[in-house]
Amino acid sequence: MEILQIVGLGLVAAIMSIVIKGQRPEISMQISILTGIMIFTLMAVNFSTVLKLLEGIADKADLDLAYVTTILKIIGIAYISQFGAEICRDAGEGAIASKIEFAGKILIIVMAAPIVMALLNLLIEMIP
Amino acid sequence: MNVDLIFQIAAIGILVSVLNQLLIRSGREEQAMLTTLAGLIVVLLIIIQEISNLFDTVKTMFRL
Repeated sequence: MEILQIVGLGLVAAIMSIVIKGQRPEISMQISILTGIMIFTLMAVNFSTVLKLLEGIADKADLDLAYVTTILKIIGIAYISQFGAEICRDAGEGAIASKIEFAGKILIIVMAAPIVMALLNLLIEMIP
Repeated sequence: MNVDLIFQIAAIGILVSVLNQLLIRSGREEQAMLTTLAGLIVVLLIIIQEISNLFDTVKTMFRL
């Protein structure tokens, strides 16, 4: 049922943004930012249940919790950098959008480095 | 975090553009510019508040 609310909200906000884009393009951009934030907060509760499900699965497979939190952090960085990059691209600032995505990629690589090292060490030990 | 915030901002935008046209037609370009800036600042305040809410939610959810 919630999906209907969200699609309705998105459509109405898009119409509002178009109405105002003629005179005040900056306020129409802010309307799209606000709609993005609104839809994310509407989905926050369901999203946290999904994350808890992931953690439950990780506990069952008794994975090391550090890896799971790193994966969560990477998902968070990816989401936020994509959010910002899309908003900037909507506003016509392609250059800023690609810079944000570039920064996001670097941060994700930095986050993933320990996991990759652990994997390499594991491989090296396996080779006799 | 209520949904009618979007409609408030849309109303502010429409109001500012109407006022702007009104002031330009009556020959007061400076006031028109000032009302545009005022509308922009009001909307910015609301947006910055909502953006900080978003960042807090993301921080707690992803344990960033």
